[in-house]
Amino acid sequence: MKRKNSVLSFAGVVFCLLLLLLFNKTFDSYKMRIFNLCAIYITLGLSLNLVNGFTGLFSLGHAGFMAVGAYTCALLTLSPANKEMNFFLQPILPFLANTEWPFFPALLVSGLCAAIIGFLIAAPVLRLKDDYLAIATLGFSEIIRVIFTNTQRLTNGALGLKGLPNYTNVWWSWGVAALTIVFMIRLMRGSYGKALKSIREDEIAAEAMGIDVFRHKVISFTISSFFAGIGGALLGHLLGTIDPLMFRFLLTFNILLIVVLGGIGSITGTVIAAIVVTVLMEVLRVLDSSIDFGLFVMKGIPGLRMVIFSALLMAVILFYQRGLMGTNEFSWDSLGKRLRRIKKRGPK
Amino acid sequence: MSIQIFFQHLANAISLGSLYALIAIGYTMVYGILRLINFAHGDIFMIGAYFTFYLVTMFLMPWGVAFIVAAGLTCMFGIAVERVAYRPLRDYPRISVMISAIGASFFIENLAIVIFGGRPKAFPVPDIFGKVIHLGTVSIVSVTFIIPIITLIFLFILLFIINKTKTGMAMRAVSTDYEAARLMAIDVNKIISITFGIGSFLAAVGGIMWGLKYPQLLPLMGLMPGLKCFIAAVVGGIGNIKGAVLGGFILGLSEIMIIAFLPSLTGYRDAFAFILLIIILLVRPSGLLGQSQMEKV
Amino acid sequence: MKMLETNRITKVFGGLVAVSDLTISIQKNEIIGLIGPNGAGKTTAFNMITGIYPPTRGTVTFLDQDITGHKPHFVTRLGIARTFQNIRLFKELSVLENVFVANHLRLKSNIFSSVIRTPGYVRQEKEMYEKTMMLLEKVGLIDVADETATSLPYGKQRRLEIARALATGPSLLLLDEPAAGMNPQESHELMDFIFHVREQFDMTILMIEHHMQVVMGVCERMYVLDYGITIAEGPPEKIQNDPKVIEAYLGVD
Repeated sequence: MKRKNSVLSFAGVVFCLLLLLLFNKTFDSYKMRIFNLCAIYITLGLSLNLVNGFTGLFSLGHAGFMAVGAYTCALLTLSPANKEMNFFLQPILPFLANTEWPFFPALLVSGLCAAIIGFLIAAPVLRLKDDYLAIATLGFSEIIRVIFTNTQRLTNGALGLKGLPNYTNVWWSWGVAALTIVFMIRLMRGSYGKALKSIREDEIAAEAMGIDVFRHKVISFTISSFFAGIGGALLGHLLGTIDPLMFRFLLTFNILLIVVLGGIGSITGTVIAAIVVTVLMEVLRVLDSSIDFGLFVMKGIPGLRMVIFSALLMAVILFYQRGLMGTNEFSWDSLGKRLRRIKKRGPK
Repeated sequence: MSIQIFFQHLANAISLGSLYALIAIGYTMVYGILRLINFAHGDIFMIGAYFTFYLVTMFLMPWGVAFIVAAGLTCMFGIAVERVAYRPLRDYPRISVMISAIGASFFIENLAIVIFGGRPKAFPVPDIFGKVIHLGTVSIVSVTFIIPIITLIFLFILLFIINKTKTGMAMRAVSTDYEAARLMAIDVNKIISITFGIGSFLAAVGGIMWGLKYPQLLPLMGLMPGLKCFIAAVVGGIGNIKGAVLGGFILGLSEIMIIAFLPSLTGYRDAFAFILLIIILLVRPSGLLGQSQMEKV
Repeated sequence: MKMLETNRITKVFGGLVAVSDLTISIQKNEIIGLIGPNGAGKTTAFNMITGIYPPTRGTVTFLDQDITGHKPHFVTRLGIARTFQNIRLFKELSVLENVFVANHLRLKSNIFSSVIRTPGYVRQEKEMYEKTMMLLEKVGLIDVADETATSLPYGKQRRLEIARALATGPSLLLLDEPAAGMNPQESHELMDFIFHVREQFDMTILMIEHHMQVVMGVCERMYVLDYGITIAEGPPEKIQNDPKVIEAYLGVD
């Protein structure tokens, strides 16, 4: 049984790789961008789910950590000439003026920077619970954004950074997404994952079972920030421009939507929801802009897209709390069971 | 800084503080009863301002009538939000209710963009609010004085309702012990509706006066004041009405005064509230006037 | 050998004295009862011993080490495990996971080794798993190992909570009303189970209990609290005839 499952998993991985190759060859640049976004949102969704879903800490500070990652990576990879162009109001700080790192180390350092900020924020914030925690993390994320808007010589302030090299391709985005998925699966299967879940279920009991609850929360929060930073960096290098306004609460809201839709505490759910939400976001973009049908022009209604998404979030939370997957995960065995059930019910 | 400018700043700070206080009361009342951050409260505040705008410009109501009608409509709007987004989740985990609150807030904001349009609208300011008053060498717009006075009036009415009426007693009972109140045959749902109604009414009053002072309406205008006023409520001690007022004033005063004395920090203005929040949560999580609570094991 | 000693521990909440000058002393392998009417401060005493609240005054000594005011997880590591009055299982986790997690405190690998699954980690995880299975076998929960904790009947949930506490490897076990809500049949089984635990695990037990039949049946000595004050102490026969205890439980005419 176990052997059969690993064969199936291997086949699944090969299939995904082939699919990736196929899409890489056939998609135009617009579709490619959406395809990459899906992967980035998988990484971001999983990192938020680690804290919100598995550890039971309701954090709303994701956009802040993404900003740290995106800016770190951009500042490390931009060429000196490009930096000079960007920083025309005030010159960039001297120690950053001549750095031009390759993508991989820059990506890693952006994750680490986000993780360090996450760690520093965790110490005071994780003493709080529930809604207080939510509002404090949201507060920190806003503070980060306000700081980035005002540090003209470090981040170029409200002007943002333009001309980021387009390093994010299918291999980077999906490679990171795959690594994140594997990381989360293995983490949650292991002893630490179970310890985090026990904290979610009952903090006082977890503490009484000898688990250093505070320390584990900090670890979870820091790892989540790391992946958020990486996701932010990938996003920056996909879009080519970043500015502080990008990292408003709305961005955290989008990721929260993915986590809730997929099922708070399910890796599989997050992956599926990330793809669904990203594609829907793009498809529904037509609602916001005018469509030219040749004979007549349908006027778009700005904001309608987000009305639909917020309604979707509320519908899920009001009528179908479990989301797509609840806290369940995909496995070949459960798929087999379901298929057999369908077969039994199917042709009479 | 000359003494005139100082007084000008002080007057502005007090009127901003009053506005914050009015909105913060709504947060604190709802939190006191439901233990819920009503994320949509800032948007209710925005709706109040827009209602007034349309009543005056489209339905051509005289402003006095428009203010009252708008506040009444907003009050009903707030009750409706509770019915749709919060009541079905009464017995669910707090995280679910909070997600619903965030969803409701985004829904209202984006619906406002769809219906009202994303472009700023100019709030119609009646002359008596825009008059410039000269006190010696200090000149201040009249609305700056009117705001604290109106705030005080509503605060006294509210405190009267809460401390002296039967409904107020029921509200206090529900906020002290939800289950026990239910057992004592208090119609909890009705009390919660009333709480949302009062909170939304005050938010509308705040929204209208905000419009009079800063006459530009935007669908997202409630976002920042909303977050800040929740913080004001936490600073004062959540669940405590006097605390909310105190928190509102502290926040208003510090925002204006810090910028007045240290102009280089102007860009960081929106971060002050959050820094204040984090300090308070670390030093005195129950707020200045709140009582500390311990989790029962 | 002296296991646990509290020296005049006192807890004051606001103006209310919940526990006043509680002094207890427990020898190895004893089964001791802590009884008293509702609100007498029994659970507060447990919370002070296990570190959930630091005592306002007084000291707690465990195996000759001062543990006053230490964090709960640290106290558990030293060897005091507990159950809760209103069952606090990890609801969504399986029976097996509930017990498995209680082994986590002895894991020596860091989180990254657990993700990479280094040989050291894998070996420890295997040991933890085997220990869990062995424990479930011993307490008779092996056949429900994969069920969700909350799907168990009440009596078995209580038993699982005790098993989970045992998995932390304690030398002193604190049980907070283990017989609460049990029918006579279940409480009888519980009494056998408590003796069984003492024999099998070489355990010392301190228990809060209202169910007099259970307390008198298993405890060698007991302490009686009323309004936070220790009003009596001694073996069951002595307690049963103590006028102060009778007064506390039945009131005076």
